[in-house]
Order: sequence, then C-alpha cells, then structure tokens
Amino acid sequence: MTVSSPSAAALTAAFGAAIERHLVSCGDPIVYVANARAHDVLAWLQTTPGQEFNYLTDITAVDYRDPGRPLEVVYQLRSLDRKADLRIKIALDTGRPLVVDSVYDLWRGADWLEREVFDMFGVSFTGHPDLRRILMWETYNEGFPLRKEFPLRGHYNRAEQTRQALAANPEAHYSVEELTIAEAFQELPPDVRERLSHGERGFVK
Amino acid sequence: MTSMRTLELALATPSVDASGRAVRAPLRAGPTPTMNDGGDFGAEHMLVNIGPQHPATHGVLRLVVELEGETVKRVIPHIGYLHSGFEKLGEYRHYNQIIPLTDRTDYLSPMANNVGLALAAEKLMGISITERCSVLRVIACELSRVISHLVWLGTTGIDLGAFTPFLWSFYERERVYNLQESWTGARLTTSLTRIGGMMADVPEGFEEGLRDFCRTFPNTLREVDTMFTRNAIWIGRTQGVGYLSADEAINYSLSGPMLRASGVAYDVRKDRPYLGYETYDFDVPIGEHGDIYDRYRVRLEEMFQSVRILDQALDRLQKLKGAPVNVADPRVILPPKSRAMGDMEAMIFHFKQVMEGVNAPVGEAYLGIENPKGELGYYFVSDGTAKPVRWRIRPPSFINLAALPKMCEGVLLSDVIAINASVDIVMGEIDR
Repeated sequence: MTVSSPSAAALTAAFGAAIERHLVSCGDPIVYVANARAHDVLAWLQTTPGQEFNYLTDITAVDYRDPGRPLEVVYQLRSLDRKADLRIKIALDTGRPLVVDSVYDLWRGADWLEREVFDMFGVSFTGHPDLRRILMWETYNEGFPLRKEFPLRGHYNRAEQTRQALAANPEAHYSVEELTIAEAFQELPPDVRERLSHGERGFVK
Repeated sequence: MTSMRTLELALATPSVDASGRAVRAPLRAGPTPTMNDGGDFGAEHMLVNIGPQHPATHGVLRLVVELEGETVKRVIPHIGYLHSGFEKLGEYRHYNQIIPLTDRTDYLSPMANNVGLALAAEKLMGISITERCSVLRVIACELSRVISHLVWLGTTGIDLGAFTPFLWSFYERERVYNLQESWTGARLTTSLTRIGGMMADVPEGFEEGLRDFCRTFPNTLREVDTMFTRNAIWIGRTQGVGYLSADEAINYSLSGPMLRASGVAYDVRKDRPYLGYETYDFDVPIGEHGDIYDRYRVRLEEMFQSVRILDQALDRLQKLKGAPVNVADPRVILPPKSRAMGDMEAMIFHFKQVMEGVNAPVGEAYLGIENPKGELGYYFVSDGTAKPVRWRIRPPSFINLAALPKMCEGVLLSDVIAINASVDIVMGEIDR
C-alpha cells in the first residue's frame, strides 16, 4: 500500500528539482510538481514509453481550511493500457496570481474541466481557448464559490439578494448572441438598447 | 438583391477578466436584413436556440446551434441551470450526511451513486466491508445500470420517433423501482449505503421479486432488439452519426458506454475492480464504429450482462443468508437502537457518531466506479476532521457532454438531437 509509484522515480530522474515531492495516500501515488514545469511533466507523462498516461481522468483544485496552505490544482491521470493511476498536484504560491498552463493542447477533455476550476476557484489557465464561467452565469460577481473564504450561503444576505434581483437588467440573462440577433432585427426596445449601450449587465449596484 | 445577412455575431464568446467579471464585446449587427429578399441563402449562417426547456435536451440544457442551411457549423452548449453547489455543501457535512446529496446528482441511478460515495469514504478511512455488503452493493449498482439504461433507451427512442419501446422500457423500469422502494423506502432519494455498511438488508420477498425480474426482463430486451437493431429507420438515423474514433474518445476523456462504443475496452469493473467484480462472470460489450448505433448496441448488451451479474449475486446472497451486513466497528456503524437505549457504551457511540461524525485520517483518496453514464469518481481530501476539506465529484456525463460540439460538426440539425440523446446526460450530475 505504501509503495511509491515507479513513475515518481522516473519523473525525478527526468525533471530533477521540478519534482517537489511525492507520497502515497490511501494507496494513491501523488507527485507534487513545480508550476513552471507542470505542462512539460504532463506532456512527458502522456507520451513517454513506459508511462503512457494517455487518459485524463479529472482536473480539480483543493483549497485547504488552513489559510496559509496554498491552493492546489489536481490532475488525475490514468494509463488505460498499464491500468495505472497517478495524481499530479501543483501547489500555487500564496500571494501570487493563480495561473497555470492549460493542458487543452494535450487532452481536449481538459476544456470543460479547466473552465470549471476557473469558475469555482478562480485559477486561470494560460492557453485555454475559451476560458469563461461554466456553471455560474457570466455576470456572476460574488467571486469563486469553492474557495474557503466564500461563505456557504454566498456573500449577500437575503435582503441584498432580493434587492439585486429586483434591480437586475432582465435582458442581461440573454446571451450576447441572442442580443445581437435582436439588435440586428431591430427588435430591441429602445430603453434596453440604451441600458445595454452603457455596458450594463446583470446586477445594478 | 444579394443579402449579406451574415450577422457579425459575437460568437467568439467574450472572456472573463481576473476578477471574474465578463468582458463584453460591443454589440454589432450586420446590414439590416430584409426578410423576403429570396436571395442567396447559402452564404448565411443562422443561429438556432434549443432549450433550456425542451424535451429533447433531457433536462435544462441549452444548445446554441450555428447553421449553414441545415448543416451544423458549431454547437455551443450552455449549462449550469441546475447548479446546486453539492461539492460546497459536502464540505459542511459529515461523511454519512453526504450520501443524501449523491441521490440528487445522477438521479437516474441514485443507488449506484450511494455505493460509490461509501466506497470512496471507506477507502479514505481504511475500512473493509463485509462480504454480504459487497453482494448487496453489486445488486444496487446493477439495478441502477438497468434503470438508467432503460430511461436512456426509452427517451432516445422517443427523440428519434419510436414511441412503443419507451412504454416497454418504462414498464420494466417500474418493476425495478418497486423493488428499490421495498428495499430503501424511496423511489429516488434512496440513501442506501452507510460508511461501513448498508442502511438496511434486503426485505423479505425482495430476492424472489428480483429473480422474477431477471427471468422475464430479457424478453423485453429481446423485443426491443427486434424493434430497433435491424430497423431501417433506426439504422438510418444512427449509423455513422456522431462518430468518434478511439483516439478521440480517449483524448476527450470519455468514459462508460461512450468510450466503449468507440472500441476502447475500458470498464472500471474489469480494469480497476471494486466490490469483487473480478469474481463475477460477465462480458464487456465493445463497439467498433463509435457512432450512435454502436452506443445503442453497447447499452443494450450491458443490460443483458447486468442480468447475468444479478443472477450470480442472488446466488451468493442466498449462500450468505444471515451473514452480517455492517462492519463490526462502533466508530462508524450506529449500534442498534435497542442497545443504544439500554447500554451505556452503545449510547456513547451513538451520541459521538451523531454529534461528531466519524473522523477520517489525514489524507486523500480517489475512487472511480463504473456508473451507467461512465466513470463516476469521488475524490475526498481530509484534514483529520469529520468533514472533508474537499469533496469532488468526477461527473461522467459532464465530461461526455463536453465532446458534443466535436460530434456535431457537419451533421444535420435533426442529428444534433440524436447525438445529444446518445450521450446519455443527466443534468443533475452535470450541473451538480
């Protein structure tokens, strides 16, 4: 159960100091990788013979209750042929912008997974072609729900939520595509066009 | 008059800045269209909005389809209408209290979700369950596979214009729901498992009912097979549509029947066995073309295989009659109510479990199970307290749906409905 993965030793041999540490938890091998080399490490794991982690099971992030502990981005890799699993983690420095390189170019499956991590934790993925919120709506402005500093019931109390809902611009619930069509067919009411032209979206503070 | 009605659509969807606020492109429109010009429609792209409230989107999924004539140029899915923040809620609950949340994610196979969660928590806590419990959980998983695939079969048939198999499949599904109700007391919110055991053993009459189901259910499947498999309309609508090669399926992280229909022989039950699946005799059907038809064949055959597994599990259940279901560990399993009311020690254990929960050791565990939709994974991170630091659901239909834009490139609009149906999505799990 506590035998460390052979991939960890191979990674250390190939990348040296970029492999920060490795451990085994509940039988799962985990390797911590420096953020700067993470994309290289994942690409190497995907293609190198003997590793062949060709399947990206999951991308997620972990924010710990201890505020001093850095937020971690987690990649669950699997080799379908070798039937082996490996978990790669990147600990993001506290106090620095939360940015990692996208693995969209390696696995297309990373598309929505990275968008979800961005949506829920605010981690930006450099090189992702379409990084925008996925589960929350585009104009959502309360922050990132799965961060520990985000309260369970949201930042606003019920009265404030009601006020914002009543003051909201209902046309903002339409996507840019729909608004563009309505505009092109001259079907946008003048007052709505006026509000939209001022850049008004979603909540009115 | 030549129409240049191609709208200057802001389809390159605007991005979001670092603070999470949307950065909007300014609204722009092309020349004012004239509706009756009768001109060149070939140069024009049209946007069609499907959903979020549309029967063929199987829940609150919204698709914006960009069309050139009737050919799909691009599909943009919008999700999140059913977002409930389950992962956040899980961080505020004891491990056993998370089980009711899993009922509500993939609500077409609640029992299998319960099993997956219990297995992941047990992996984290290092608990090994009893043999009878394993058999009961296998039954729960396979029954879930049957009812989930039956919903898929019926609704996909309806999407493609076949109504009768829907009635057959829902009739059979009702029989499983009756069994499920007799076991768990609920048709949907089953909350069947507990960490280290089950909420209840099967009731009297359950095994006979399940035997009867296993005997007669394949007849219905064979009727569906007669109706669909060599049906010219069905074949015309499904063969070669929504094709994904094996490499693409792996690259898009697909799982379950979607992956296997593309010819990748990966089934978590065979390749990373849990619950002793390696000791059951069953086959994993594999497709070769990766189209809708192969997905149908794979799911249909999986139901036959599930019946095989259920038959074997029932035999084992009979052999294990009277064997304990729950582990003999008072830290995780509540003592019987009669003892808790009379015995001081049992009462203390009862109190501690209800008030404090079960402390998991520091560590993290990921466990994936083969759910009807694909690989359902639960990832727990624990800091040693009774509530997880992070509870992550790896949602199979979320990841499978992400391949929809790829599968819909260049198909006809009516095929979008068929391809979307073939993914077998459930919005409760996608939006969580």
